[in-house]
Amino acid sequence: MMNADLIKEVDRIVDLYGGRITGSIGMLQDIQSRYSYLPREALIHVAERLDVPLSQVFSLATFYKAFSLRPRGKHLIVVCMGTACHVRGATRLVDEIGRKLDIKPGETTEDNLFTLEAVNCLGACALGPLMVIDGEYYGNMAPKKVESVLGKYSES
Amino acid sequence: MNRLQTPSELENLRKSLEAGRDSSRTCITVCMGTGCSASGAAEVTKSFREEIERQGLGEQIGIRTTGCHGFCERGPLVVVHPEGIFYQKVSREDVAEIVSRTAVQGEILDRLLYTDPASGKKIIREKEVPFYRKQTRLLFGNNGRINPTSIEDYIALGGYSSLGRALFKMKPREVIDEIKKSGLRGRGGGGFPTGRKWDSCRKAEGELKYVICNADEGDPGAFQDRSLLEGNPHSVIEGMIIGGYAVGAEEGYVYVRDEYPLAVKHIEIAIRQAAEYGLLGDNILGSGYSLAIKVNRGGGAFVCGESSALMASIEGRLGEPRFKHAHATEKGLWDRPTTLNNVKTWATVGIIISMGAREYAKIGTEKSKGTMIFSLVGKINNTGLVEVPMGITLRELIFDIGGGIPDGKRFKAVQTGGPSGGCIPDTMLDLPVDYDSLKEAGSMMGSGSFIIMDEDTCMVDVAKYFLSFTIEESCGKCTPCREGAGHMLRILDTITRGEAEEKDLELLEEIGKMMKVTSLCALGKDAPNPILSTLRYFRDEYTAHITQKRCPAGVCRALIEYSIDGDACTGCGACVQACPESAISGKAKEPHVIDGKKCIKCGLCLDACAFDAVKVS
Ligand SMILES: Cc1cc2nc3c(=O)[nH]c(=O)nc-3n(C[C@H](O)[C@H](O)[C@H](O)COP(=O)(O)O)c2cc1C
Ligand code: FES
Repeated sequence: MMNADLIKEVDRIVDLYGGRITGSIGMLQDIQSRYSYLPREALIHVAERLDVPLSQVFSLATFYKAFSLRPRGKHLIVVCMGTACHVRGATRLVDEIGRKLDIKPGETTEDNLFTLEAVNCLGACALGPLMVIDGEYYGNMAPKKVESVLGKYSES
Repeated sequence: MNRLQTPSELENLRKSLEAGRDSSRTCITVCMGTGCSASGAAEVTKSFREEIERQGLGEQIGIRTTGCHGFCERGPLVVVHPEGIFYQKVSREDVAEIVSRTAVQGEILDRLLYTDPASGKKIIREKEVPFYRKQTRLLFGNNGRINPTSIEDYIALGGYSSLGRALFKMKPREVIDEIKKSGLRGRGGGGFPTGRKWDSCRKAEGELKYVICNADEGDPGAFQDRSLLEGNPHSVIEGMIIGGYAVGAEEGYVYVRDEYPLAVKHIEIAIRQAAEYGLLGDNILGSGYSLAIKVNRGGGAFVCGESSALMASIEGRLGEPRFKHAHATEKGLWDRPTTLNNVKTWATVGIIISMGAREYAKIGTEKSKGTMIFSLVGKINNTGLVEVPMGITLRELIFDIGGGIPDGKRFKAVQTGGPSGGCIPDTMLDLPVDYDSLKEAGSMMGSGSFIIMDEDTCMVDVAKYFLSFTIEESCGKCTPCREGAGHMLRILDTITRGEAEEKDLELLEEIGKMMKVTSLCALGKDAPNPILSTLRYFRDEYTAHITQKRCPAGVCRALIEYSIDGDACTGCGACVQACPESAISGKAKEPHVIDGKKCIKCGLCLDACAFDAVKVS
């Protein structure tokens, strides 16, 4: 099933980069920020527009960590697993979030409310351990604060 | 806006802008770097704007948002000029008072001052804080003085005058000689002499050449490139134009991590502004030299920080390193001559041209010249970014500037150089920090991240952490890195579970040495460093895991047990509430116990206990 709006949007983005393969990573980034993931039809269409095999676009989409092939939940929780946060107990933080939501990093809750991602260093090491929900920073996080922070997002 | 046609037009503009910056006028600056923003600097700024408006003081008091000052631990940071009164941990509630009492009446609010933990004294001015006093802030100094989205601020402080000098008073050859004479070595990790790199690019044959700024900063714990790009983007651009002129490049790229949205925004604004003033684009300042710079966002792959992988990524391909048959200076981006340097390297160029190579070379050590920006993170009191001369000792960095280890704990090791670096133990605290000493100690400079570890850090766990990082980031193209790292991790895993044998340590060393020699790129070559260096300095700790089945730092879950000290426990029940597995039981007001079979060692009871009754053994 082809979605006409999506095709139009992908065309617009591909044109933005002059329709050339050199812009492919930027294109995928723009598509991802528009849809929160890379829809299958979008990848197929990008490959057609660039006149390259789908496998080539697919390999970019899977090589770079910024890309997701599955839709993300309503709220994106990013937990820093960088070294500074690690020595300050990030593992226990991510474990606790995982327990509370019953998901592992990279997964989305069944109700599509939360996606949990573990990343390396967000550049705010002074605040470690650190988690970011929808762009909002929560510094000096302790596992015991997890419940109340998540609570703020569960209701909405 | 008029394009500047000559260097004297630039100088005239600078003079008029400088005159406009009335240095006696009261101005409140708020740090809006990532650290301070995350602690609420945006709300503080908004409140200042509203408060100044409300009190009708818009004429008398200016407000400026700046980039990172480095002292992230204490954010949000506010400085009231011209006196330079330094307030830390400022919140929205403090704003009205700062405006009406400090800015208007010059009164100092004691409670917002920084207290020197060593002397217990309150400190009024930013530069008197011990954290700053020992620094030499060549690259970073202007971060607190300019609004990064204003090219006028940068020009007013003399920005782009080095470019003017290079284009009009120096031949490309002379620029390169000056950089060579300064002794500048690449700040991206390897420490390759910058002048020599430029020279071979200049000599390489090719119509079209490129300059690239490596702002991928993948090293976890490093955020100096981010802070420079966010806080003083024009300094990076100015360096790139001077470098482009020296090597004869027509196009430039800044490759920034996508995780740094603010850096992307600021560098894009800066490029646009520079172009509007005729400082970038065609016929720069009327010199006949032209350079266009584009921004590329990274895709979140650590290996893309490696130069050949980075170039592949700009070309729209997989970010896999290539075997270097030829140097990038001859065959780089699209197989054309390319000069790729780190953010800090580029930002240093303008400084060298303006202060002169000879002066610059007086800073630092014989083989490592100039200053370096380090990040101090982990178990340290003053987390943040510091700029110091090369050759400073670890002790000065960690204790004098960094303020030592929190909670009275003992310093154990410092990890430098990220996943490619190593751990340096407390016996080597007097080691001078420069490229060569660090390398000799089994570590490396890397991007300048210093992760401080205290007695509660397990070195085997740290080694395992870095190796898991490398494995996740390894592109998988070459066998030694792909298989070797995997095998090392399996061994480390058995060690942390207490299931290894002593001969496994030798195997670890053997695989590590093999990887160093045979891997395709530096990612694989340096991946064993965290393991080899901890084996070198902390072998006892490995052995304790193996022979005594004990984790001395109390970290490795398979080897520790949680218990409750009956004498200290008041039976308050806080741990019972916290335990996700219902593993703790006991009557109210009587000592509780943990059921070892149910316990998953998550540590939540430890956090919950207010009486230090939960013990790890
Ligand atoms: C796996 C790997 C990751 C790297 N990451 C970075 C990085 O994030 N930033 C950087 O400037 N250099 C990084 N480098 C070093 C670059 O390959 C290159 O040497 C450097 O950017 C050159 O700039 P310089 O001469 O100014 O140091 C990395 C190297 C490797 C092998
Ligand atoms: S390590 Fe977590 S923000 Fe840097």
